[in-house]
Amino acid sequence: MVLDWLLGMIVLLVKLGLILGALLFGAAYLVWAERKFLARLQIRLGPNRAGKFGLLQPIADAMKMLTKEDLVPDGADTFVFKLAPVVVAVTAMLMFAVVPVAPDLVLFGRSIPMVIADLNVGLLFIFALSSLGVYGVALGGWASNSKFALLGGIRGAAQMISYELALGLSLVPVVMLAGSMSLTEIVAAQERVPFIILQPISFAIFVISAMAESKRIPFDLPEAENELGAGFHTEYSGMRFGLFFIGEYVHIQVLGALTAVFFLGGWRGPLLPPVIWLVLKIIFVALIMIWIRGTLPRLRYDQLMALGWKVLIPAALVNIVLTGVLILLV
Amino acid sequence: MTQDPSQLKGKSLPPPRETSGAEALKALVTGFATTLKHLGRRPITEQYPEEKRELPARSRARIILTRDPDGAERCVACYLCSAVCPVSCISMQSIEGQGGRRMAAWFRINFGRCIYCGLCEEACPTSAIQLTPDYEHCQRAILKSVYEKEDLLVDHCGKDPDYNFYRHAGVATEGLDKGRHEKEAPPVNVRSNMP
Repeated sequence: MVLDWLLGMIVLLVKLGLILGALLFGAAYLVWAERKFLARLQIRLGPNRAGKFGLLQPIADAMKMLTKEDLVPDGADTFVFKLAPVVVAVTAMLMFAVVPVAPDLVLFGRSIPMVIADLNVGLLFIFALSSLGVYGVALGGWASNSKFALLGGIRGAAQMISYELALGLSLVPVVMLAGSMSLTEIVAAQERVPFIILQPISFAIFVISAMAESKRIPFDLPEAENELGAGFHTEYSGMRFGLFFIGEYVHIQVLGALTAVFFLGGWRGPLLPPVIWLVLKIIFVALIMIWIRGTLPRLRYDQLMALGWKVLIPAALVNIVLTGVLILLV
Repeated sequence: MTQDPSQLKGKSLPPPRETSGAEALKALVTGFATTLKHLGRRPITEQYPEEKRELPARSRARIILTRDPDGAERCVACYLCSAVCPVSCISMQSIEGQGGRRMAAWFRINFGRCIYCGLCEEACPTSAIQLTPDYEHCQRAILKSVYEKEDLLVDHCGKDPDYNFYRHAGVATEGLDKGRHEKEAPPVNVRSNMP
């Protein structure tokens, strides 16, 4: 009994370590990939001084961030100010806990699920964390005692009410098709056909609102560097800023993983091992997001609201009804 | 007088034109196609320390003091460059040299202050002070940016290879008396120049 418990604990810790390491490593090199790819979209070269092809750039950046002065502005709410970047980074990383990275692994006659926590309400867990992540932005902006940061934080909160509903509604048809909220079950339900073919409208709504959630161009209103300095993280320096940064890039990976799980069949794919397929799908989604960043301008405040409330939510509602009717008929 | 608000009524701006869905979609596709096309192009970045572009001959960087075709200093220490310099980075002391020529006893340019505007070159009556395309002369210590006359003097004529001020000067120097220079009439005898 005790041995079983101990073994389970060790396996869990190993899985945790692997996933966390992979996520942080991925975040560092996603920054490099983004800078390189974005540069090529703008006929530039991108980082190429630190190491071959600038491959050591993330290490140089990390060293710079760690050695910079850790500044807390005068009049800032110290506790909240220090808490905010942690909230952003932690919620982003926690979201990956329910993502299945491969089918169950059978080792010495034991079946080891290749997911940290196979929650039966995995989808709700993700929504809960993504809503919590906005607290980091809003609180960080509020606690900084700076007008620009405050405006950025308010924008972050206002942005949330425009996309959150559409994000939730876009996944209802997926749950209806899979018959479960567990991400493992959703992947299992896509054994024959990935949901992107059955639910293209859902897919489009999910990708758009998920991009709004990750606060990247064209939805980077809380940051908006040309009007708000750096938005909610204007006053942050050193590794606290680094945590916001890590949060953003982990979020991109989580987004890629979720898109893969909900619509692209998760780890499913021919020939290559399942983990590789999941990684490839994450990279693919990330590259598309960088391409979008290199192309589109930032939306205005009211345009984002109009897009969310007048386009995405009605479309998602109609899509749910249609899916329901089709499931009843077929 | 302020404008009457009632007059502005009815003159309101026309509502912004609504873009149709098809137009918006077309714009999106065009945008994404443009960035994708750029992906295949060669980067236009010049990698500076390795690649150095040849700058145009008239581009303005490090300042030099040139010599005339005979090898003598062109500068006559007239202070015009120093006077015109907007940041007052040029200073000098004039003395009378051999053969009655004016020259600079010392000549100093503070490149820590210079803004490379080229006004000194425009003001110079003898084409002595000139700007060159050589821009690589930054220093770690700020005082090393102060160039003395010996740092500024070069052994060539710069952009004006034939000009020699003292051949047009109209003043007596060694070898040539008044009125003997190029395109110069002999001096008029004021006593015989009566109506």
